[in-house]
Amino acid sequence: MSVPTDRKYSDSHEWYKVDGNTVIMGITAFAAEELTDITYVELPEVGSECTAGSAVGEIESVKATSDLYCAISGKISAVNEELAEHPELVNDDAHEKGWMVKIESSDLAPLDSLMDAAAYTEHIG
Amino acid sequence: MNHSPLHSYHVKLGARMVDFAGWSMPVMYRGIIEEHNHTRTKCSLFDVSHMGRLYLTGSDTEALLQQVCTRNVGDMSVGLSRYTHICREDGGILDDVIVSRFEDQYLVVCNASNREKITNWLAKHAEGKDVQMTDRTMETAMVALQGPEAIPQVERLLNIDLGELKRYHFRTGSYFTFKYSIFRSGYTGEDGVELILPAGIVKLAMPALMGMGNGDDAVIKPAGLGARDSLRLEAGMPLYGHELTEDWDSLTARQGWCVHLDKDFIGADAMRQKKETGLSRKIVGLKLEGRRTARQGFELRCGGEAIGQVTSGVLSPTLGISIAMALVDIDHTKEGTELAVQFGAKEVSATVVKIPFYRLSS
Repeated sequence: MSVPTDRKYSDSHEWYKVDGNTVIMGITAFAAEELTDITYVELPEVGSECTAGSAVGEIESVKATSDLYCAISGKISAVNEELAEHPELVNDDAHEKGWMVKIESSDLAPLDSLMDAAAYTEHIG
Repeated sequence: MNHSPLHSYHVKLGARMVDFAGWSMPVMYRGIIEEHNHTRTKCSLFDVSHMGRLYLTGSDTEALLQQVCTRNVGDMSVGLSRYTHICREDGGILDDVIVSRFEDQYLVVCNASNREKITNWLAKHAEGKDVQMTDRTMETAMVALQGPEAIPQVERLLNIDLGELKRYHFRTGSYFTFKYSIFRSGYTGEDGVELILPAGIVKLAMPALMGMGNGDDAVIKPAGLGARDSLRLEAGMPLYGHELTEDWDSLTARQGWCVHLDKDFIGADAMRQKKETGLSRKIVGLKLEGRRTARQGFELRCGGEAIGQVTSGVLSPTLGISIAMALVDIDHTKEGTELAVQFGAKEVSATVVKIPFYRLSS
């Protein structure tokens, strides 16, 4: 399973990719495969605030509903609208087309303590 | 942890195994939706060896079963199976089971999670009676073949004719040297059979049952407990621990069709009284707006007031809509009633609809 090297990973299987002061996040391909057929993704409202360590959304699969956690605080600047019609994008392409939210944050420090690709690969191995 | 006689077969096929009522069982092989759809269009093989198989003999067996079963099981001819509930004195549902009458014995197939409870319940009520009970769960395997292709496939593979075997009937047969029982029943809303066969032989029989292949174009493919759950829910079939529990009775569970109040059985008085005073709540079907899935325990509201709880829900793979079953206060159970399902702080509108959601066209 591919684990892109251009981002950080949490132990709850979210990925974070930094682009200036915007952070793009989603769940990993490993998590998507564990959840299997994803049927719905509940995302926060654009403009709302998120707090590090709290849930910003929910991911529903045939079998279960899981929270989407966010490791940083900031403001939701965009959500992946395509997931409303095509939640399967998360199963098909979790690291690119299946992205979930973009967060504008002035404090990216929490990302420093997350895993890099090598550590995450070991984590899921 | 208990292992099915088919355990190594599941592992070899790459199934995702889960702990289910103390058994390591496959929840899925390729994907729950794919397995669900394959069952509706072709044929799936389900390992249901975790279900309890209790065989009863002795001259008082019929009387015992009449006493503990909500349904009349006293007039069954050999080769007939009947779905029934077993309840407490207060009507609380202990389990839903299938009773089958053989020439010289009866078989009770119960839920894996209730096997010990039902074994004890039957033993307790058999005291002083001529009834001998043998639990053959561990020495046999049970598989279900379900789907529109199930009957012709099984006929071909076992070289038998099932034309005369009606729904909820069974018979025994031999395949080379081993004996099996074949039941025209299932838990998917499709036609099909359930087979009980000796544990020792089941691995040898698997290639035959699978039509010698598991390629992409195979007609019979394995399906796990995940698809079994979404299939039964579409078909409006209750699941123990969800629509059926000790906390309410068979009438509340809307299974009155398997309750014969004109005979005496444990729980009959409680249910007669319920019938007279009227139910205070019952299980209904719900259709939700949008694509979200209601889960067991989600609260239902009407005008801000809590009026019930979801018991099961799924985004129906066959119908493409979000469906659920729920236990609802009786004033809100009429078809067409509008309710709200609480997803945390958010609400999703739902309408009370007919069960089953999916019915096999015949």
